[in-house]
Amino acid sequence: MSANPKSAADEFDNRVGPPPRRSHAASPQETTEPVRAPEKGEEERPPLTPARKRPYAWDFRAAGEPFVWSMGGALVIGILMIIGFLIFVVYNGILTFYPEPLYVVKLKDNKQIAGEFFRAEVYKLEPEALKGLPENVRKEIADQKGFANRNLYRIGNFDLYNEDFRWTPTHDIVETSTPKDMFFVERVEWGPFIGRITKLDLNGQIIQGSDVNMATLDQAVAQATKRRARIRQIERSEMGEVNHHLEKGRLGLRKVALSRGEESPEYRSAKDEYEAKAEKWRARHEELAREAESIKERDGKYTITLAEVNGQEKQLKLSDIVRLYPANRLTVTEKLHIYLSRWWEFLSQEPREANTEGGVMPAIFGTFCMTALLALAVAPFGVVAALYLREYAKQGRVVSLVRICVNNLAGVPSIVYGIFGLGFFAYLVGGSIDQLFFPERLPSPTFGTGGLLWASLTLALLTVPVVIVATEEALAAVPQSMREGSLACGASKWQTIKHIVLPRAMPGIMTGLILAMARGAQEVAPLMLVGVVKIAPELPIDGIFPYLHLERSFMHLGFHIYDVGFQSRNSEAARPMVYVTTLLLIGMVLALNAASIVVRNRLKKKFLAGHF
Amino acid sequence: MRESGNGETVYHAKQGPEGSLLTIEDFSLWYSGKQALFDVSMQVEKGFVTALIGPSGCGKSTLLRAINRMNDLIAGLRTRGRILLGDTDIYNPSVDVIALRKAMGMVFQKPNPFPMSIAANVIYPLRVDGVRDKSILRETVERALRQAALWDEVKDRLQDNALGLSGGQQQRLCIARAIAADPDVLLMDEPCSALDPVATGKIEDLIDDLRGRYTIIIVTHNMQQAARVSDNTAFMYLGALIECGETSTIFTNPKVKKTMEYVTGRFG
Ligand SMILES: Nc1ncnc2c1ncn2[C@@H]1O[C@H](COP(=O)(O)OP(=O)(O)OP(=O)(O)O)[C@@H](O)[C@H]1O
Ligand SMILES: [Mg+2]
Repeated sequence: MSANPKSAADEFDNRVGPPPRRSHAASPQETTEPVRAPEKGEEERPPLTPARKRPYAWDFRAAGEPFVWSMGGALVIGILMIIGFLIFVVYNGILTFYPEPLYVVKLKDNKQIAGEFFRAEVYKLEPEALKGLPENVRKEIADQKGFANRNLYRIGNFDLYNEDFRWTPTHDIVETSTPKDMFFVERVEWGPFIGRITKLDLNGQIIQGSDVNMATLDQAVAQATKRRARIRQIERSEMGEVNHHLEKGRLGLRKVALSRGEESPEYRSAKDEYEAKAEKWRARHEELAREAESIKERDGKYTITLAEVNGQEKQLKLSDIVRLYPANRLTVTEKLHIYLSRWWEFLSQEPREANTEGGVMPAIFGTFCMTALLALAVAPFGVVAALYLREYAKQGRVVSLVRICVNNLAGVPSIVYGIFGLGFFAYLVGGSIDQLFFPERLPSPTFGTGGLLWASLTLALLTVPVVIVATEEALAAVPQSMREGSLACGASKWQTIKHIVLPRAMPGIMTGLILAMARGAQEVAPLMLVGVVKIAPELPIDGIFPYLHLERSFMHLGFHIYDVGFQSRNSEAARPMVYVTTLLLIGMVLALNAASIVVRNRLKKKFLAGHF
Repeated sequence: MRESGNGETVYHAKQGPEGSLLTIEDFSLWYSGKQALFDVSMQVEKGFVTALIGPSGCGKSTLLRAINRMNDLIAGLRTRGRILLGDTDIYNPSVDVIALRKAMGMVFQKPNPFPMSIAANVIYPLRVDGVRDKSILRETVERALRQAALWDEVKDRLQDNALGLSGGQQQRLCIARAIAADPDVLLMDEPCSALDPVATGKIEDLIDDLRGRYTIIIVTHNMQQAARVSDNTAFMYLGALIECGETSTIFTNPKVKKTMEYVTGRFG
């Protein structure tokens, strides 16, 4: 500007038309500069616009304030939605396990129902239903424009009533009470029983309901639980192991038959060996079965007789009881104790009753195994790909194209990955593996169907763009001066990458990796195709060689939510489980994200500390 | 675009007792089509300190980085002419760049210590060279840090992260790193531009110390510094080497008018 020798007066002279609008941002000196007296030939100049006369006025549009507000507003709405969702899930999930009081509701028809109060609702009555009602109730309902209130009670006793929940119109209720002798009994089967204890039979020692004290009861239930656990251990683990050995022997024999033919001497000797071993294993099986039988027989002598609120009795084995408590007699400490023990059960036990009761330990375990395998697969793959793209490939059109493709891969619907995983990994790769290594098990597939390995690899494929993009960004952020410094020291490119670039980029890479794990952990759709099941008979890790069973199907928290929420017999009963499982899954993902932040900060401190 | 390379270089550099180590012959360089060096020819005497001066953007860094082939990293770079180290052309395709760089230490304009401990920084050139012997490494740390006048300040915290040092300390650490592997040539690109006078003084003392042992090429904008530390000075302008001669002559009685104007501060 100063290069132009034109004087300021010239510039002033040449200005025709209204002077340009001034933004309020102009400094006061500029705006308050005295208006110069017009020089020659200035008559046609229009009068100064008012804009010049209010130098300090607030120009709403120029400040962009509406945009700031709308941007802030959008952010607030977004945050509120997320917080609202979290509060909703946390509130519902946290309260699920807290013991509720048991109400006994006396109805007009002299029947009683007993149960936990679940929720209340306003509903519209059918005209028919109205007809049968007494005058005053009808009037009341008419006042409410045909609406009435009703309560939902969780009444349990599914085996007696064929329903878990019952709606009760409030105008049918005569009286509600909370009697101290009502018990809430969680059973292994049939859901809860709600009622009173009439009799306890401890191997012939009969205690009448009114004399039962809590200490005896708890002790008896604890012992029964031990017996149940022992039976289970025998039937599941020990007999399972025997079966596993039998099956292994049979498959080994079949393998020999396939490779040598059934006439060969090898086959004959293998067969003799197998028979001898199988004999031993069968004997062991017998023995275990006998032991289980004897425990069961003894177990059958410990029973409890319960009566539901209208007096109908039901006898149970004590070992069928998971937990029982007198809901209306509990102190706060006892309630907390039950609350925590339910959480513990939830986290550490296997599911019961088609997943609607019990715990989610196998699902947690499956999610964990799958995520760990996913990380193992995706980390080297993604990092190496990004290293090649950023450090070695000649930057140009091809690399740009690859980069765009990688970014777009992240947007492919995940179910497509599931289909690919099933078709490619399970059927093609897995099928070939079966042909090559497990011919004796065919036609039942080993790797040729969905399983932990294929699910992990499918999700690794799904999340590899996240890792690649994060790693590339981290690599790009390593200052060129550091690479030059290393190269100038005589380091090769690979040494530079290994010693300087990768450590510097590590926080970014780790962040990307953990985000990929979080993404993978919450993915459900592709898993339904490649190995997740409703109930997995075995965990993917156990005590039988090779300990980690990559071919097994597994359970997953995300799928568990879907299954419990939408596939179960009684969605009302399953709802609390859905909340709790959601809470758990969100918690896991949050924990992963928090871990990524911690890792990043710690590595950052190490590698990027105080410049100057 | 710019008129340059037309004038011949006026050459009156002092000859070293051991002859020249580097010979630059008609060296030209293009950054993706844009020429940055025009037929530069000069000799760098063994054991001497040679200063490169000239206005900003004249190609000093480019020339310096051409000597250890740091420019290789830049896409679209093209060169013509030769740079001989001893009698090998360093741009010959058969030359191993890594071995070449091992023979040369480089100090950059901005300190660039690695995010590792002070000791690890110093021994980095040895480490990438495959030296594992603990005693050699320990010895090297002490020697290089002493030569770089940093030993007394850091001897108690050799395992601390180098990024915790001050700017001047970081630069001296980079110098220690550059001389750790005992290179033949030390290339310094404005090593004092980020330093205060005291640290600058220390580095000048260091250069003085290293004179004779290493062949040093130093780029500087500081005329006094060039006059103080160097034996020969090369003046560059618009990518061409205008005059190269004995430092005292360049600063008191240059043969070319342009040089005179520059060293007396009339432009630049
Ligand atoms: N990577 C590059 N790509 C393209 N042009 C470059 C590149 N690096 C330097 N140049 C150009 O080459 C010319 C010489 O640059 P160089 O960095 O060698 O100057 P210099 O003498 O070191 O300047 P200064 O004293 O400011 O450091 C300049 O015109 C610059 O714009
Ligand atoms: Mg420079």
